[in-house]
Amino acid sequence: MSNRLINILVPAVSVVLGLLVGALIMLFTGYDPIEGYAALWNGIFGDIYAIGETIRQITPYILAGLAVAFAFRTGLFNIGVEGQLIVGWFAAAWVGVAFTDLPAFIHLPLAVLAAAVAGAFWGFIPGLLKAKLKVHEVIVTIMMNYIALFVTNALIRYVSDGGDNTGRIAESASLGSPFLQGLTDFSRLHYGILIALAMVFVMWFILEKTKTGFELKAVGFNQNASEYAGMNVSRNIILSMVIAGAFAGLAGAMEALGTFQYANVKGGFTGIGFDGIAVALLGANTPLGVVFGATLFGALQYGSLNMPNEAGVPVEIVSIVIAIIIFFVASGYVLRLFLEKISSKKEAK
Amino acid sequence: MGAFLEALYFIVPVSIAYAAPLIFVAIGGVFSEKSGVINIGLEGLMVMGAFVGIVFNLTFADQLGGSTIWFSLLAAMVVSGIFSLLHAVASISFRADQTISGVAINMLGVAIALFAVKLIYDKGQTDYVSEQFIRFDIPVLSDIPFIGPMFFSDVYSTSILAIAVAILAWFVIYKTPFGLRLRAVGEHPMAADTMGVKVNRMRYIAVVLSGMLAGIGGAAYAQSISYEFSHSTINGQGFMALAAMIFGKWHPLGAMGAALFFGLAQSLKIVGGSIDFIDQVPTVYLDILPYVLTILALAGFIGKASAPKAIGQPYIKGKR
Repeated sequence: MSNRLINILVPAVSVVLGLLVGALIMLFTGYDPIEGYAALWNGIFGDIYAIGETIRQITPYILAGLAVAFAFRTGLFNIGVEGQLIVGWFAAAWVGVAFTDLPAFIHLPLAVLAAAVAGAFWGFIPGLLKAKLKVHEVIVTIMMNYIALFVTNALIRYVSDGGDNTGRIAESASLGSPFLQGLTDFSRLHYGILIALAMVFVMWFILEKTKTGFELKAVGFNQNASEYAGMNVSRNIILSMVIAGAFAGLAGAMEALGTFQYANVKGGFTGIGFDGIAVALLGANTPLGVVFGATLFGALQYGSLNMPNEAGVPVEIVSIVIAIIIFFVASGYVLRLFLEKISSKKEAK
Repeated sequence: MGAFLEALYFIVPVSIAYAAPLIFVAIGGVFSEKSGVINIGLEGLMVMGAFVGIVFNLTFADQLGGSTIWFSLLAAMVVSGIFSLLHAVASISFRADQTISGVAINMLGVAIALFAVKLIYDKGQTDYVSEQFIRFDIPVLSDIPFIGPMFFSDVYSTSILAIAVAILAWFVIYKTPFGLRLRAVGEHPMAADTMGVKVNRMRYIAVVLSGMLAGIGGAAYAQSISYEFSHSTINGQGFMALAAMIFGKWHPLGAMGAALFFGLAQSLKIVGGSIDFIDQVPTVYLDILPYVLTILALAGFIGKASAPKAIGQPYIKGKR
């Protein structure tokens, strides 16, 4: 079996095993797995409305996945997507609410840009600390997640005079699309999916077609060699976190300008940022892989909402399945060993 | 001065109560990370502990009466210990990225707990437990002027246990052969292996210890502060414990000190409104204080916090 095939087989086998474990759990807890998964399927593909909502859910997942994957290519683990997303969400919503008489072709890009800048700034801090002071980015980004949560909550209360919601954004900043809504039986599908797909291309272009991308990847492979080759390692680490943060900020813009059209005080995290880790992992940190990963996990998460109604199965079963898939992909070393064993046996015959 | 003292007598016991669960979990983190295994999964392990503690309490309160709370701690310890094996197997034997495995533990902990709550109770949160940890005044000691009302009144037994665990952990890690091996495995596993220490076995023990302590911490929190279990019961306490471990520089007593300090920040947020001056401080500053301080500590502005050297790397025999 070729290495390339195994690289694709490991995530594929992990997904199958994850779903299988999910079925076993349903079986042992007295739920009907076939009914459960049928409800999941209907939740994703049941009608044109469900499909529209599924694509809407996939949109921020793509961007969150890119935010993890991009940093990972420079050897950085960005657990801070959640925080970068939240500040992006607030920034976009605030720009959406604060300006009321701008034309759409200025207002919308401004709001999107604000989200990207806010996310980028939230990524810049751990990047700077990593580059200049060698502070591990995992811990800093986790801490930044909580700081983001509390600071944005306070800001939302501040701008809304003590309320818990910024109020609805101006129509001129909305990503909402009557055309896409009409196409999907009035789901909340919005133009954000185009931005997400454009960013997939941007990530591919930066990494594969530019000198900067080459340097970013080189730093990810070997910092010392990159330094020796005359690259500025600090600059590349910071840049990587800034770009990753911008992707995550855009994921927040999807929620602020597309799905919800406001920002509200949150009691906890959205979960999109953490699922982004799963997305990037499944997609092997490549732009196209992220699209596949986001499609799978976004669809599963949205489809799971149908499971309690149709089959009586708690939605959490899907989070269990996703976590188990992560375990299998992360333990790829063992799976790889197993797959190689099978293939060498076949070749021996 | 009188009013200030009154405020102190009020705040200090509450702070210690909030700190106790953090201490358990942070000490758990110290064990795992001293052995070289990153444990981001503390949050998930703590959630599992809180869930098991509450369910056990609700189920057996009628039979066990007053001792229910202690058996609940025990049950939470056992289940979270077993749950942490998943992290151990993935990150030690299967050489998975320890951070990713920890993320999966967090996701899985919350998901399993909520799935089970819905399965058992057919709703998203449990009822309140009738058997709870209650505060008491320690006889004689609480009569000492000044110190008495501050440290020995309105005490939870979990607080005493937490401080005892921290001191015990310090003794085990720094004064026993086991502790020496634990630290050796986290600093230089190859050297430890050469001296006959079983690296992976030590790491398994450390990770399971962290799971057990996180389980106790979760059950202690659930039975002394929240009294029920829902999706928002733990809500970041595990990550705050992780922060305490780092702010305490991977030292058991340091972690305890940091946890006490973070407990103070949390209690000020809750009771601060009734105290002059503190009610002027917007709560957001108290909210973010633990996290900002941890970043500053890591950046070296508050002494240098440095992790065990071999942290995050699976040990592969024979590989240089």
